[in-house]
Amino acid sequence: MALNGIQIFKLTPKKNCKECGCPTCMAFSMKVAQGAMKIEQCPHMSDEALASLSEATAPPMKTIKIGTGDGEFTLGGETVLFRHEKTFVSKPRYAVALCTCMDDATVEAKLAEIPKVDYDRIGERMYAELVYVNCGEGADAAKYTALVEKAAGLGRTLVLDCKDPEIAKAALAVCKDSKPVLNGADASNYEAMNAVATEAGVVLGVSGKDLNELYDTTAALEKLGNKNLVLDTTGADIKETFANTVQVRRAALKDQDRTFGYPSIVNLVKIARGDLHLQAALASMFTMKYGSIIVMEQMTYAEALPLYGLRQNVYTDPQKPMKVEPGIYPLNGADENSVVVTTVDFALTYFVVSGELERSGVPLNLVINDAGGLSVLTSWAAGKFSGNSISSYIKENVEPKVKSRKLIIPGKVAVLKGDLEAKLPGWEIIVGPREAVQLVKFLKDLQADGQI
Amino acid sequence: MPFNQKLQKFNAKINTVTIGSGDKTVTIGGDSTYPFYSFDAPSENAPKIGVEISDMGLENIVSEGIKAYYDGASTIGEMAKKAAAMEGADFVALILEGGDPNGVNKSVDELIAVVKEVADAIDAPLVVEGCKNVEKDAELLPKVAEALQGRNVLILSEKEENYKAIGAAAGLAYDQIVGAESAVDINLAKQLNVVTTQLGVNAQKIVMNIGSAAAGYGYEYVVSTMDRIKGAALSQNDNMLQMPIITPVSAETWGVKEATASEKDMPEWGPEEERGIDMEVMTAAADLAAGSDAVILRHPEAVAAISRMIKALA
Repeated sequence: MALNGIQIFKLTPKKNCKECGCPTCMAFSMKVAQGAMKIEQCPHMSDEALASLSEATAPPMKTIKIGTGDGEFTLGGETVLFRHEKTFVSKPRYAVALCTCMDDATVEAKLAEIPKVDYDRIGERMYAELVYVNCGEGADAAKYTALVEKAAGLGRTLVLDCKDPEIAKAALAVCKDSKPVLNGADASNYEAMNAVATEAGVVLGVSGKDLNELYDTTAALEKLGNKNLVLDTTGADIKETFANTVQVRRAALKDQDRTFGYPSIVNLVKIARGDLHLQAALASMFTMKYGSIIVMEQMTYAEALPLYGLRQNVYTDPQKPMKVEPGIYPLNGADENSVVVTTVDFALTYFVVSGELERSGVPLNLVINDAGGLSVLTSWAAGKFSGNSISSYIKENVEPKVKSRKLIIPGKVAVLKGDLEAKLPGWEIIVGPREAVQLVKFLKDLQADGQI
Repeated sequence: MPFNQKLQKFNAKINTVTIGSGDKTVTIGGDSTYPFYSFDAPSENAPKIGVEISDMGLENIVSEGIKAYYDGASTIGEMAKKAAAMEGADFVALILEGGDPNGVNKSVDELIAVVKEVADAIDAPLVVEGCKNVEKDAELLPKVAEALQGRNVLILSEKEENYKAIGAAAGLAYDQIVGAESAVDINLAKQLNVVTTQLGVNAQKIVMNIGSAAAGYGYEYVVSTMDRIKGAALSQNDNMLQMPIITPVSAETWGVKEATASEKDMPEWGPEEERGIDMEVMTAAADLAAGSDAVILRHPEAVAAISRMIKALA
């Protein structure tokens, strides 16, 4: 439960000693309540007060780390249910599922398929970060461990789905150093699974037949001292899974129920087996609403392109605009003689403009310089997309590489034409349309006229 | 100690709007929870799916699957019949993209003939989308509203620049449902609803299109705008934001390069058909998760998949 400044003030020594840097204890308490200072910065707090405060000011949802090195991911740690309230912090991670019930050829095909999707989108690497290894019915320790070893060969962080403590122990023996998740505790086996997971030092996944059982098992594990958990909210069907996942997150963040303050695992293979388009729809839905690890049958480019784009959008900080890297982006097979087009580095503008430019089929060099991540008019008004900034970027970076001396500027900054002509001798400045949707016709007309 | 389940009950709800006339109607809105939170309170109406056809026929369609579905339909009327019969379809959406002055620039009379042909061919609920050009729509959509009198169609859409012409014709003169389109901003959405009702249009006969984007293309604005609109409508009982939301998905998703780039150009991306379907499916699912009460789609497999998702969650 977040405390307000007055409640914190009651626990301070009220000496106004100023040692924390604040003029009064009241001022200090207000800053702590806002999160601007930490309670430990007061040297005179009693231990009891500190203990009760750190409990009360602890975040409602734990931050859980899985994997190691490049494969280390942070899950949870969210503070809000809707991104506009502050921001979401830990992206959901996608897992492709393997199972002992698959034949060798299927497993090999999956293992060959997974690394194929690996690309960069606005500075972020997009790939299936996790591999989910399911221990199917009847599999023994040797069979499961063999599959886990194969999966580990990919170098992706693993999530082991195994409810048998002995088999889990054997599997962890071959992969525990890479810090996988062991998803296997339930009401019937949580003590044994807890011992296996704590001994191996890995995160333990908890499930239950309904929310009450999940809650009780989680509380029991916490009592055993294990707070390194994720909650498998997958239910019997899609409806139950969605209800579980939303209610667990909501109980933690809105109702401050810390027992449910853990990241989630949503297994789409269980609730939409074999229906890839439905899995695609659900992956999108659980990316929006509260999945932390989302398990799917496959991750090809068809799923990845929209899904990773969506995740990147939803997990941007509302206070920081998405920016693309400054540079020259040749489109439609452009070479050094192709016309130059410029716009701002605001990701939304870039995507809309580059999409239309590609649709036109006209070869051109799209030049992006640093305009502060703002839209055309905003960055122009802020002086970040000006005659000076455009011309100096063109002189330094474009002139050495591109021979064309024709530059198309956005119609909304037509006023820059004269300024640019003065600052870029030898260049012909062409004013483009005001809206991106008019670009295709505009470029085709220019091409038909022989102007570009 | 079992889980202390706390339900989130609101004393407000989204307006219900019924589109269509006679036996075949479709009703959207009515819920008093966040989308698909049926554990808080039972859902009154599950979200609905419209199938989009164009006055341009299949001319601008790249997807082989969509073309194959309409194979054998030689007129727009026959296409409309097939669209209405698509598995998972609740209504038909006719987009008059050929009217765009920057494109083919069909005349209003020509387009009205198309509208009439579609309306005569089907009795399914109908949504008519303009060409997106504000001047042309201001001329075209009032004529559409007039031509379809008695059919109780949804006219998409009036914007800030042309709401007087379209809102008055659709909402007052010809008693249709007014689609109010704004650009992904809660304040603009509310403002348009306010001025439209000030014209005298019944608030219960307005459906919002709050703007849309394909997944990955600034979609965060769509999410936050819808989250905030649903929040204001339910928790603050803001009756100028309680109109149900319709989102045309396909017009956005089938234009982005993830859907259009051919496999020849991007061999590692695989078949464009699958990419197009998943872009449509995932964007639609995200729209529904954020708060759309209806989505407009094109591909039969996308319509079927989203229909399965809605059934599973409702």
